[in-house]
Amino acid sequence: MNQENQAQTTPASSHHQVGVPDRLPRSERNHSSAGVPSPGEMNDVTSHRYTDGRPNLRRFHQARWDEPVIFELSREGQRALLVPEVEESIRNEVGDVLATLPERMRRQQPPALPELSQPQVLRHYVRLSQENLGTDLNIDVGQGTCTMKYSPKINDQLARSPKMADLHPLQDEETVQGILEIMARFEQILKEISGMDRFSLQPGAGSAAIYTNASIIRAYHQSRGEARQRDEMITTIFSHPSNAACAKTAGFKIITLYPEENGYPDLEALKAAVSERTAGLMITNPEDTGIYNPQIADFVRVVHEVGGLCAYDQANANGVLGITRAKDAGFDLCHFNLHKTFSTPHGCGGPASGAVGVTQELARFLPVPVVEFDGERYYLDYDRPDSIGKIRPFYGNASVILKAYAWVMSLGAAGLREVAEIAVLNNNYLLHKMLQIPGVAASYATGTRGPSPSTPQAHPTRRIEQVRYSWQELTEETGVHSEEIGLRAADFGVHYWTSHHPWIVPEPCTLEPTESYAKDELDEYAAILAHVANEARTDPDLVKAAPHSSTVHTIDHSPLDDPSRWAMTWRAYRRKMGNLAHGE
Amino acid sequence: MAGLGGRVGLKGSDGAAIQQRAREMGAVPQALNRAAQAMERLKTVQHLEIITYPGEMGEDAALAGGRAGGPRTSRTDDSRYVRSCPHRTSSVRVIGSIIPGATTAQDTRAAAREMQRLAVDLLLFAGGDGTARDIYEAVGLDLPVLGIPAGVKIHSAVYATNPLSAGELVALYLDGQVESLREAEVMDIDEEAFRQGTLSATLYGYLKIPYRTSLVQSQKVPSAGEGAARSAIAEDLVDKMGTTGDGILYIIGPGTTTRAITEELGLEKTLLGVDVVLNRELVARDANEAVLLALLQEHGKGKAKIIVTPIGGQGYLFGRGNQQISPRVIQQVGRENIIAVSTPDKLHALGSRPLLVDTGDRTVDEMLSGYLMIATGYNERAVRKVSF
Repeated sequence: MNQENQAQTTPASSHHQVGVPDRLPRSERNHSSAGVPSPGEMNDVTSHRYTDGRPNLRRFHQARWDEPVIFELSREGQRALLVPEVEESIRNEVGDVLATLPERMRRQQPPALPELSQPQVLRHYVRLSQENLGTDLNIDVGQGTCTMKYSPKINDQLARSPKMADLHPLQDEETVQGILEIMARFEQILKEISGMDRFSLQPGAGSAAIYTNASIIRAYHQSRGEARQRDEMITTIFSHPSNAACAKTAGFKIITLYPEENGYPDLEALKAAVSERTAGLMITNPEDTGIYNPQIADFVRVVHEVGGLCAYDQANANGVLGITRAKDAGFDLCHFNLHKTFSTPHGCGGPASGAVGVTQELARFLPVPVVEFDGERYYLDYDRPDSIGKIRPFYGNASVILKAYAWVMSLGAAGLREVAEIAVLNNNYLLHKMLQIPGVAASYATGTRGPSPSTPQAHPTRRIEQVRYSWQELTEETGVHSEEIGLRAADFGVHYWTSHHPWIVPEPCTLEPTESYAKDELDEYAAILAHVANEARTDPDLVKAAPHSSTVHTIDHSPLDDPSRWAMTWRAYRRKMGNLAHGE
Repeated sequence: MAGLGGRVGLKGSDGAAIQQRAREMGAVPQALNRAAQAMERLKTVQHLEIITYPGEMGEDAALAGGRAGGPRTSRTDDSRYVRSCPHRTSSVRVIGSIIPGATTAQDTRAAAREMQRLAVDLLLFAGGDGTARDIYEAVGLDLPVLGIPAGVKIHSAVYATNPLSAGELVALYLDGQVESLREAEVMDIDEEAFRQGTLSATLYGYLKIPYRTSLVQSQKVPSAGEGAARSAIAEDLVDKMGTTGDGILYIIGPGTTTRAITEELGLEKTLLGVDVVLNRELVARDANEAVLLALLQEHGKGKAKIIVTPIGGQGYLFGRGNQQISPRVIQQVGRENIIAVSTPDKLHALGSRPLLVDTGDRTVDEMLSGYLMIATGYNERAVRKVSF
């Protein structure tokens, strides 16, 4: 057992007072109580960071502002900026500018926007930013499946430059040759990475890309007069849930395969599922467990043999970049999330990009327009009669594509492969550290610890870029659940995620360290979880009451599952809350 | 946190039977330990009043599960005595009387009825399938209950995954944090068949248990609602029957998921039995094997389908609780005409274990094994392995 697991603990009362990590040297505790360090200790400002030469857990307390929603801050008449009155001479010259707007297009009433001054707006959003554990703030390995990597700020600066930011999608093609060229070049890069023949950069999200692929599969079968017959889409339970959801939205029936005990999707189950009704297979590899399906080419073959198409969900390609290619495994379609593997970043829910790649045979079905080059100039080709149409307006999130392009160009081909290699190495290092914590296991191909300390650790299947762990053993021993471990981890300044629903793996936790983190940082993350697991045994109430040093405590999630209560907008919130809402 | 005013009726296991079995296996009796583990988890519940039968039927567990300290006793109207509880702000009230070391099923039923009369919020019991049956006979669906698994073999779905999660679930329930109650199967081994060498479990009824994420044996995952999933499955199947029926004889096995199908048809299903539907009408209720075979004979082969759902906590599709659908019935209908239905939650609770069949006929079990398509929602299917 490593030393983190034996972290010394102080009486629970000290946690409850401040909730700070307890691995503080005695001298530092004295500081806290006395308030003033003794003169001799002034010299070593880092003393509290180490015990016997080993790093202590970080002391952390997050800002907590109790900040209202911006609509609640609104006061009638407040303004962020005052537009100058139009001078009379101009008014006389221009006339009524609104007269050109048709009557029916004019608002009857001004929009109910919040009314605030500039500093109020600034404070509001800075406060909210302080209440986040965003990727710029924490060791963001806890949001598995999302590929939280460092996105170089210089790429943001590039995207914010007026050359990019001031473009408008309705500008004449002649005036946007630069970004069209970047789109065309980036398509070449994605073709190289995937082996596919054509790409569309139009879909604005991973799910939009999956929906695009489902639509292309339908269009393909329609073109062969088989659309009615081929109404079944096959996926696996550990593929991203968007595959089932988007295919169903596109009108398909969904067949879900479950893994065998070794965690591999069950090829025999696939054989039992395919038929002349099979439209296609939409599958992730490695799946959310982080386990790579070595039989993937056989999966593709079995589906092809019955006339179906195969779409490879490569939203997260971080572990296979430059190593495996969709086309080489026989896939007909694939997609990449530029905001994951290609760093752009996620941007709190957008803007994003789900780039869709297809074989030559399917290229005619891609969304319109596509970027073409006639030898002299780049242009947008709308003349594509077999296209599935538009997935979203215009040509894609251009600034996201620019950032992804810049990221790839800064790395080069060898650099991209190195990204994958380091991501896999980091992940397997973290896996090794995690499995030293009693009570956690890697799900499937389990790699649980041996029955006694003298028994060598059973060797788990190596994972690719992430691992879905299970705290079931710890939960059964202590009653502390995975979500509670995550809430306690927030007390140490790190984010932690469980799993998509439904939970197939009991008490799940999904970690994905990507290539962005150094060994020390992975050690810190693992030490935090080891410490919390130890607390679960020694002081479960402390963990169950967490977070203590974070922004908010626990919130009621049930409205998120209840259509009568969920509210994505302030207006919906007011409507659904009725009289309960403030001010009514 | 506001006072909960929660009252838990605690009932020990059917002591004699369990302990006898345990002794035969050379083991230390587990029921007390396991019940005590569950009670340990309830220490954190504020203002909990525990009502229990004496000694081995709950009192020992209630006291063992708390912190040490000399219990005081006092009398109240309903109870033999009240002990100051080792739990923080709780009390243990002991009611009823037993003959120590010789408690019976009658004691279990009497205790459960008394708990119900005292209007406890939840009845927590420890044991196996026999105990679940006794509780079911006493209180049926009238009272929320939960089992602490302490039996050797548990087929019933009314038990938490382990004692700690039983305690956890009760604590959450009393705190108002449990989304819903669900009907869970009460099953027990058919003693007579067992003596003849066949393990065959009968479905006796349903008990109402709190249902939450990962804490109940057959339910491990949260979802928008198991009821919604059942309705979606039912709608899918009923839509395929057409508005006037499709001329197919549907043999519908027991279960809450299959019950949703008959509800969707506007028909009243027998709770535990096998019902038969033709052209959206019931043609037989609570049918036994002979009735099913006669109907198949009359209707002609190849025009019948069997709709079944996994019964109990172990994932049995056939041979547990639906033995009326016998090997002969299954053979006549044919494997390709079996429609298996299950909520995703129930499937996920199996982990990577296969669904099971145990029809009593090896040939039929072999015929059924392999991969089977399970209806899990509207236009949603899962492929699962079936084994025996």
